[in-house]
Amino acid sequence: MSARIVHIASNTFREAVRDRVLYNLIAFALLLSGASILVGQISIDIEKLVVINLGLTAVSLFGVVIAIFIGIGLVSKEIEKRTLYTILSRPVRRWEFIVGKFFGLAGTLVVNVFFMAIGVFAALFYVSHKFIAADALIFVALYFIILEFLILCSLALLFSSFSSPLLSAVFAFSLFVIGSFAEDLRGFAGMAHGFTRWLATGAAYLVPNFSAFNVVSSIAHEQPVAAQLILHNTLYALFYATMALSGAVLIFERRNLK
Amino acid sequence: MTMAAIEILGLEKTYMVGFWRKRPKTALRPLNLTVEEGEIFGFLGPNGAGKTTTLKLLMGLIFPTAGSARMLGRDFTDPEIKAQIGFLPEQPYFYDHLTAHELLEYYGQLSGVPAKKRKQRAEEVLQQVGLRDIQGVQLRKFSKGMLQRVGIGQAIFHDPKLVFFDEPMSGLDPMGRREVRDLMEQLKLAGKTVFFSTHILSDAEALCDRVAIIHRGELRGVGAVEDLTSSVQGKVEVIWQGTLVPASIKALGAQYHVTGDTVRAVLPENQQDAAIDALRRERIRLIAITPVRTSLEDYFVEKLQRAETTAGRIA
Repeated sequence: MSARIVHIASNTFREAVRDRVLYNLIAFALLLSGASILVGQISIDIEKLVVINLGLTAVSLFGVVIAIFIGIGLVSKEIEKRTLYTILSRPVRRWEFIVGKFFGLAGTLVVNVFFMAIGVFAALFYVSHKFIAADALIFVALYFIILEFLILCSLALLFSSFSSPLLSAVFAFSLFVIGSFAEDLRGFAGMAHGFTRWLATGAAYLVPNFSAFNVVSSIAHEQPVAAQLILHNTLYALFYATMALSGAVLIFERRNLK
Repeated sequence: MTMAAIEILGLEKTYMVGFWRKRPKTALRPLNLTVEEGEIFGFLGPNGAGKTTTLKLLMGLIFPTAGSARMLGRDFTDPEIKAQIGFLPEQPYFYDHLTAHELLEYYGQLSGVPAKKRKQRAEEVLQQVGLRDIQGVQLRKFSKGMLQRVGIGQAIFHDPKLVFFDEPMSGLDPMGRREVRDLMEQLKLAGKTVFFSTHILSDAEALCDRVAIIHRGELRGVGAVEDLTSSVQGKVEVIWQGTLVPASIKALGAQYHVTGDTVRAVLPENQQDAAIDALRRERIRLIAITPVRTSLEDYFVEKLQRAETTAGRIA
């Protein structure tokens, strides 16, 4: 990897940290500790189920909000504030800038997930007083959440490369919501006829299939995840993120920075 | 023979504007310009003349509609050439989560300055631009003038051979402007080429070896400052002591003004002897007689007025 990409990624990460993005961890810690104490008192035998469900869903939602709200400004904010002028007047290729930004944001999210994961395991230990082998499945759910973030970061960057932050946020969030119901959309496409079927099938395969990454519920019930799904989701996330990033690069390579 | 630092060959930029982007708007008409190595070159023009457009084209921030350019002997689209180029944009804004020191280090990394040199170089540059004492403060706490100094620092950090400054004096107090002028002269002494845009003509006149004047996206004139300002206008300035302006001098058609105990009068060159005789008759002490030369401002205004007249005739 080009050293310049590493430097741009590090600066993006540093910016997120200094702009107090990781302060969301405090809100997360408060939410989870409050919830753990509460479920410890009101639920019988399902404390663990509630904590895993709540914890992993919170990890995902906090990350989604960060991915969208930082991602949409990654390029457009740099153009608007003209910080990009002094970057691109150096031997930095435009694609290196996009890829560096992507890795910077992805790195921020991975660090965020790491600390949240510690919180989830702490809450789990608090309610069940021990760990069992099936708890290791939480790592799979966290891995899928990270894959989901990679797709979302690349989409936010894609929109940011040609659109305003507000529109980018709308696009990215809409795609996240639609993508979370991608399986339903595929089901609908299977039942439809004629042009509607053609349109629904196209849309179902074009939007990111986030529903395939949601294994929180089955993991909370200690159901194992098939190795094939892990491989499939990994390849799918890498392919989708690469495609979205390539689109961002193609648009950005031709863009006049007024 | 020295190599041209910049060769601009028919570079032009037209934007498509309007809702359907079908209406062309010319920002820069085909521009041909050569800047020699080691000179300070001023790119002059009123606001909106096309100065920043030209700089953005050369920096690869926008793409030309036609034409090309070479910088330091290489095509301007070659990214590697930028390791030898410094650029200060107009009204610069930087990552305000960084300190001045961190920002310079970051730009040094992107320009390929070796890690060992970066720390020492950052110290030197911060000293040079007068920010050494506040190097640890985040840029979000910097004033406009301080940001301008950081901007100049980042432009010269990697010791480039060719430096572009877009309105470098903007936002600076008189001391700051003097320091920037000194810095540009130091760069020239170190063999660097400096290309700077400005609409402050006194800066250009004081600093530049050559200037180009651009107006409404079109080059209106280019030449050495001393050539542009050396043409005698056929008038002389006569300065004498006292506050008295003899009637015979007024009769010669002199324009005069009194400052303290000195009178300055401008009159046609062929009336010079008559004026001297008049002063002798009145026993007034003559201080100086100098031919009136065109200032850069006169040249600039004349070029712009001519362009306006031509545009008016065409319309």
